[in-house]
Amino acid sequence: MFRAKAILTGLMMLAMVASLASGAIGADAIKIAYIDPLSGPFAATGENGLQQFKFAADHLNRAGGVLGQKFEVIGYDNKVSPQEALIQLKKVIGDGISFVFQGNSSGVAHAISDAVLKHNERNPSARVLYLNYSAVDPALTNEKCHYWHFRFDAHADMKMAALTDVIKANTKIKKMYIIGQDYSFGKAVAEAAVTMLKEKRPDIQIVGNELHPIGKVQDFSPYVQKIIASGADAVITGNWGADMVNLAKAANDGGLKVPFYTYYAASDGVTAAIGAAGVDRIRLVHDAHPGNPNAPKALADYIKEYKKLYPKNDINQVRIQTGMNMLAAAIKRAGTLNVDKVAAALEGMEWTNSSGDRVVMRREDHQLLMPIYISVHTNKNITFDFDNSGFGLLLENKIDMDKATQPTTCKMQRPGA
Amino acid sequence: MSELVFFSVLNGLVYGMLLFMLASGLTLIFGMMGVLNFAHAAFYMLGAYFAYTISLYTGFWPGLVAAPLAVGLLGAATERYGLRRVHGFGHVAELIFTFGVAIVIGEVVQLVWGRPAKSYEVPAALDFPLFHLFRSSFPTYKAFMLGISVAIFLFLLAILTRTRAGLIIQASLTHPGMVGMLGHNVPRVFMIVFGIGSALAGLAGVIAGPVLGTFPGMAQVLGSIVFVVVVIGGLGSLTGAFVASLLIGIVQTFAVALNVSVGDVAGAAGIRVASLPALHDFWRITVAQVAPILPYLLLVLVLILRPTGLFGTRET
Amino acid sequence: MSTPTAARTISVADPARPSLLRQYGGWVAAAVALALLPHVLRAPAAVPVMNQMGIAVVFALSYNMLLGQGGMLSFGHAVYFGVGGFLAAHALNLAAQQGLWLPVPLVPIVGGLGGLLFAAIVGSFSTNRAGTVFAMISLGIAEMMAASSLIFDRFFGGEEGITTNRAKAVSLGGLSFTTDRDVYYLIAFWALISAAAMYAFSLTPAGRMANAVRDNPERTEFVGYSQRWVRYVSFCASGLFAGVAGGLFAVNYEILTAENMGLNASGSVLLMTYIGGIGTFAGPVLGAIVFTFLQSMLSDYTSVWLLYLGLVFLAAVLFVPVGLAGVLAMHGPAWRNRGFGRLVGPYLVAAVVTLVALVGVIGCLEMVYFFVSAPAGQVTKRLFWLTVNVYTATPWTAFLALIVLGGLGMRWAGPRAAAAFADASLPRAAR
Repeated sequence: MFRAKAILTGLMMLAMVASLASGAIGADAIKIAYIDPLSGPFAATGENGLQQFKFAADHLNRAGGVLGQKFEVIGYDNKVSPQEALIQLKKVIGDGISFVFQGNSSGVAHAISDAVLKHNERNPSARVLYLNYSAVDPALTNEKCHYWHFRFDAHADMKMAALTDVIKANTKIKKMYIIGQDYSFGKAVAEAAVTMLKEKRPDIQIVGNELHPIGKVQDFSPYVQKIIASGADAVITGNWGADMVNLAKAANDGGLKVPFYTYYAASDGVTAAIGAAGVDRIRLVHDAHPGNPNAPKALADYIKEYKKLYPKNDINQVRIQTGMNMLAAAIKRAGTLNVDKVAAALEGMEWTNSSGDRVVMRREDHQLLMPIYISVHTNKNITFDFDNSGFGLLLENKIDMDKATQPTTCKMQRPGA
Repeated sequence: MSELVFFSVLNGLVYGMLLFMLASGLTLIFGMMGVLNFAHAAFYMLGAYFAYTISLYTGFWPGLVAAPLAVGLLGAATERYGLRRVHGFGHVAELIFTFGVAIVIGEVVQLVWGRPAKSYEVPAALDFPLFHLFRSSFPTYKAFMLGISVAIFLFLLAILTRTRAGLIIQASLTHPGMVGMLGHNVPRVFMIVFGIGSALAGLAGVIAGPVLGTFPGMAQVLGSIVFVVVVIGGLGSLTGAFVASLLIGIVQTFAVALNVSVGDVAGAAGIRVASLPALHDFWRITVAQVAPILPYLLLVLVLILRPTGLFGTRET
Repeated sequence: MSTPTAARTISVADPARPSLLRQYGGWVAAAVALALLPHVLRAPAAVPVMNQMGIAVVFALSYNMLLGQGGMLSFGHAVYFGVGGFLAAHALNLAAQQGLWLPVPLVPIVGGLGGLLFAAIVGSFSTNRAGTVFAMISLGIAEMMAASSLIFDRFFGGEEGITTNRAKAVSLGGLSFTTDRDVYYLIAFWALISAAAMYAFSLTPAGRMANAVRDNPERTEFVGYSQRWVRYVSFCASGLFAGVAGGLFAVNYEILTAENMGLNASGSVLLMTYIGGIGTFAGPVLGAIVFTFLQSMLSDYTSVWLLYLGLVFLAAVLFVPVGLAGVLAMHGPAWRNRGFGRLVGPYLVAAVVTLVALVGVIGCLEMVYFFVSAPAGQVTKRLFWLTVNVYTATPWTAFLALIVLGGLGMRWAGPRAAAAFADASLPRAAR
């Protein structure tokens, strides 16, 4: 019993002593915090994203960095939990980092955006810039917009407008089923789908509008059964990460063979899960050239370089490179790391991304305006595949930036204004 | 509609029998030793991970035997070196101990296998649809899962009622003192039962891993549901566990399939749907959304109204 | 026969009434210490961690009212914490937007009321029985509440939760709560008040009878108390203080999500209370402080901190069920008998060999984690101020050797430390 006492005391010391293992953060670097899921059902998305950020930073560093300093990207795990994300944000601020990139999920994005706004109001001398590279709930640049939030991906309404244009042209669809994750983004997709379909194809009947808990459903067969039973001709879904992989698997198992119109049904395991069953059936709306066919040279070179370093992963978010490059350009233009000045330089900035597209950071709401792409899952004409599966995305439609732009309700308060 | 019902019943059966594999071990352990083993779902997770690692070297089939064996041995060791020590401190201490074991197993799994989900796949031999009905198909692997679960049930039934060892176990369930006085090594019986229970959980993990996913959170996903099943069925009763697991499996699968909202039900019952904004959420709730809560609602109701469960004879 | 003398009163100290200093000295000292702490610990990370500790202390103390004092093991205590927190967050939002008069210092009261109300409802059916049935009901309620967050998303905010802004509520006496330090004083104040209230509760008949019901429910019935009613009162009181902790959480973090009500939160409070020691009043306080410290500091250095915590917990359950505070209390006789000097030597030796073994264990575990989870291309890791290459045999053999050495050392030093302890605890005359 008393030997055990020593064990207990020792174990307590163990924990305190464990605090001696550590890693060092390089000094004199421009630190970028990346707060996304690095564990849990969405770890694949987050880890591949972190890798792409580090790769983009390496590119910038090889070109000399900016203001004589190099970039360093540090990952923080948000576990797709708003609570956990805020704990990490406190750590980030404590570590003295003022640039935060985040994208998964929109639920976390709301919490971070809110926290950054509060922090910046209360600590005007230690402000933080929140760069949202993938959280596409439209509310973040509408009613919840603020000066220190910038979004680098087309939001859900912009994408749905493009998607519904494609659906409109498909006269074979008479019944539509909408399924999504039960949180702000999933709800936004459902709402936009219902509204826009009513406008463009009032003859399409919505036979199902389903929300399921995010990241919790392993076996989607009951949901697939429901879709089949409803007689739907097509499915719209914003599912991503493990939810998309599992939905794809269950759809294949259950024999569901209707067209899918999705936001994120590619890469990070999803393409492999869909496989041959989804050829010419699964479509994706996204923000940059899919690489097939005839990828612009800048993009093709970027992808080849990445594959050499990370043969198991893909470049599936070109907006990561766009975001890092635009941030670097803004810092250069501002001539300082002061967040307010960098933000002033970033808003209104025009840029040409590796897709060859001209994109504009709209001043009104800090939403990046861009052309929108619609591609289809297939194995024909694929130079750059996903998941090393032989399947990839083939470009079908590109909607110009002007047509893809949506109005905003943002009433932005600018500092000092 | 009948297609939906048919497949929902099938899916519900598969899920329910899987729950039974987990619940049977848990209820036996509880019946014998009065310990509600929190670590049971953790053994389920270990079974899946062991089978995954084995499948990397030898394919799926050897894992079907080897993984449950390994988990069973681990379970027996936990009982022998851990639970037996804590037994003297009371039921609360035992519960807390198994809770701690669950945490440590969860963390060790993350340490040894990493955080991302593992791609433990259905074996190629079973990866085709078994039959097509109307517009849907039913995967063979799920039929395989059902087959194994039913086989285990019959096996357990046979052992417990037909063999001498089974009779000793049944006797130890209700009269451990007397069994000890008759010369049987009751602590050894306890250890064996704990080991078998854990092996069953491990087997459930081996077959469920490809379908329900092999990831560090898999223990938490099923853990609470298994407790619900065991308590509703009656602590210590195998029949109860069987009935309750099928009940929960089918109810949960059907709940997802139904699109009925609370407002619909109220409307059908003649209650007018008020448009109070505070209750607006409430009326719009569909049965599918409530599906995750249903088992726990049942649990609380059973515990209030009939704490011994449907078929059980003791409550603690 | 002596002549009767005038009655002379002999003043005898009343043994049942210790001096005022002994009674309240501890609390005053605690108040002073809390007030001075932020000035003593000046690291920027200190105040947020202390805020977290303060909330954890109140939460753990409220949990011990159930577990340690009432003998009721609950797996769903975080529900009352969460409900209190959500109510407080909504109240703060009402204060900011609709002008409800609710200064921030009063927010924890709202939280407490929320916790009390919900505990009163749930306790009405769950406290019928103690033991496994009670534990299972608490588990069921916890899971139900966690799943309800998506259903009642106007109250629980769905996946995003409810955010609030403490700087926008009405200011009381010019106090605005914009900095962490302001919040610290609020939390310290409420933690002290709550702890004093819970201590006072444990001394009331209700609190005492809760102890009795824990030990022998049947006998309390014979003495005339309804064990159901006693458990119910305990349950409601603990729900009240859990709600207060929730309210403090709402003020400190300004966000509440369904996770705050979930099984992980309930599991954490069970861990910290048990590690601290459920047999003494101060045990949960100690446990909450140590647990929060480890959780926030360790997670910076190692990703497997929960494994270490879990191992500590298991060790506590297996070998030291009295917990940290219990261990300290066991040294009471040694302290009173001035026998401490005899302990220093053997304890030091035992500590050193245990440390050696632990360095070995930590080293191995960290290397395994690195081996499995490090990003591609990284082969070296910083461990204990050294850079080790996990792909070579040297660090593995070194750490394993440390484990063996430390283990052997513990076998040698352990009994000696135990003997020293027994010796030091003997009253002086017997030595």
